[in-house]
Amino acid sequence: MLGSVLVANRGEIARRVIATARKLGVRSVAVYSEADAGLPFVREADEAVLIGPAQPAASYLNGSAILAAAERTGARAIHPGYGFLAENPAFAASVLEAGLTWIGPSPDSMEQMGDKINARNLMEEAGVPVSAGTREPVADVTAALAAAEQIGYPVMIKAAAGGGGIGMSAAAGPAELAAGFETARSRAERFFSSPAILLERYVERARHVEVQILGLVDGRVLALGERDCSVQRRHQKVAEETPSPGISPEVRAGMLAAGVQAGQAVKYLGAGTVEFLVDVATGDFMFLEMNTRLQVEHPVTELVTGIDLVEQQFRIAAGEDVSFPAQELTRSGHALELRIYAEDSKRFLPSPGTITVWDEPAGPGVRVDAGYAAGNTVTPFYDPLLAKLCVHGADRAEALDRARAAVAAFSIGGLKTNLEFHGELLASAEFSSGDYDTGLVGRLRA
Amino acid sequence: MSEVRAEMVANVWKVVAAEGDTVADGDTLVILESMKMEIPVLAEGSGTLTKLAVAEGDVVQEGDLIAVIG
Repeated sequence: MLGSVLVANRGEIARRVIATARKLGVRSVAVYSEADAGLPFVREADEAVLIGPAQPAASYLNGSAILAAAERTGARAIHPGYGFLAENPAFAASVLEAGLTWIGPSPDSMEQMGDKINARNLMEEAGVPVSAGTREPVADVTAALAAAEQIGYPVMIKAAAGGGGIGMSAAAGPAELAAGFETARSRAERFFSSPAILLERYVERARHVEVQILGLVDGRVLALGERDCSVQRRHQKVAEETPSPGISPEVRAGMLAAGVQAGQAVKYLGAGTVEFLVDVATGDFMFLEMNTRLQVEHPVTELVTGIDLVEQQFRIAAGEDVSFPAQELTRSGHALELRIYAEDSKRFLPSPGTITVWDEPAGPGVRVDAGYAAGNTVTPFYDPLLAKLCVHGADRAEALDRARAAVAAFSIGGLKTNLEFHGELLASAEFSSGDYDTGLVGRLRA
Repeated sequence: MSEVRAEMVANVWKVVAAEGDTVADGDTLVILESMKMEIPVLAEGSGTLTKLAVAEGDVVQEGDLIAVIG
């Protein structure tokens, strides 16, 4: 096993990784910005190093400051969490060059999957279904209009290097495409330092379903199950569940097999997620992108499999076998994750502030991965995720009941949160039925 | 005359309008950024932008004055 790990992240995910490190007897080092000095993850790590001011570029995106902290504390491995530097192949390479262990796939795998256009082309060659779309970056509006004629409207406009739904929009016709293209380009440049844009056929009624894979040291790739991530606002996930209530056993089997194929195509090592779009009308699924890191919503997979995914990441990085028998993987019951954001429940606008009350629910099947506690200040510098409220039940009905009770029992004061929205979501007939798609939140707010 | 104030703690990402501009109801005056989200601040009413109280890179608190439309 690894002797020590530096967690190059913050908030709930830093805390999550530190908890597994403690369980395995691995010494943990946290790095933090000036804005985060009071957060639980800083206190819970064996050691903590201040790496810079609040601005992400000066702290959590500052690779050299992070490597310097590793050297100073003698940490021998780096866990990147998600976001920040987690999918940055140059940073992963610099970790390896410094003689440290990178808890993630090879920089090559990251590079191949990091660009969405390249990833689509690669998957198509590997026999994984992809949607109609551009095979090269779209240079300008003229090229975009020509490509859209080929693909057929409506089309989806995306940043090739993007993530988190930033800069994404659908266009029903040429005028919308021209406007959306310019917006996508400026955001892509600003957020991802790459203006490359791709177009894809837009699916009217779609679900987002993803497959958790694990690339083992011996070269095998396992699929641990799917997660349905169709509850989204601004193209960002708000709630996830497993198993997906919206796909047939045949589609599930096909998707898990495609996830394994995708992982094998890039010789994937460790935990990764292959995202698919499911056309509700036809039941067809298409590759969307691969996230070469631990996913925010990994707890739902942990709840139904009983597997600690962070532990598997540690083991694989240390060159060891996983902790469970790969052939006897079983999934039991149903799990949900609700993302508790610092934002109002009506318009979903950010609401930074100081937390005066923090009272988490507890009970059978309830798990809370929180980044904050009472007295902490939520600053405008980072994403609005406060906590992940996760529940497990024997079946979907029990999981939903437990989720409703847990949302009602969760008390956060001092700032606005989307707890009220989650209450509404769980009470809605559409979500409860399981027959929903990515337009659900829009309909709840119409 | 109408005052436009910040709805939340945010960084001023872009100043779109300038003092002296003629603005219409719903025009974007500045774009704030908070928690990785861009939030356009819109003119509430038409008139002349008599005061622009923020500059790019500023941090505004909830309730801070952003602009005055006369």
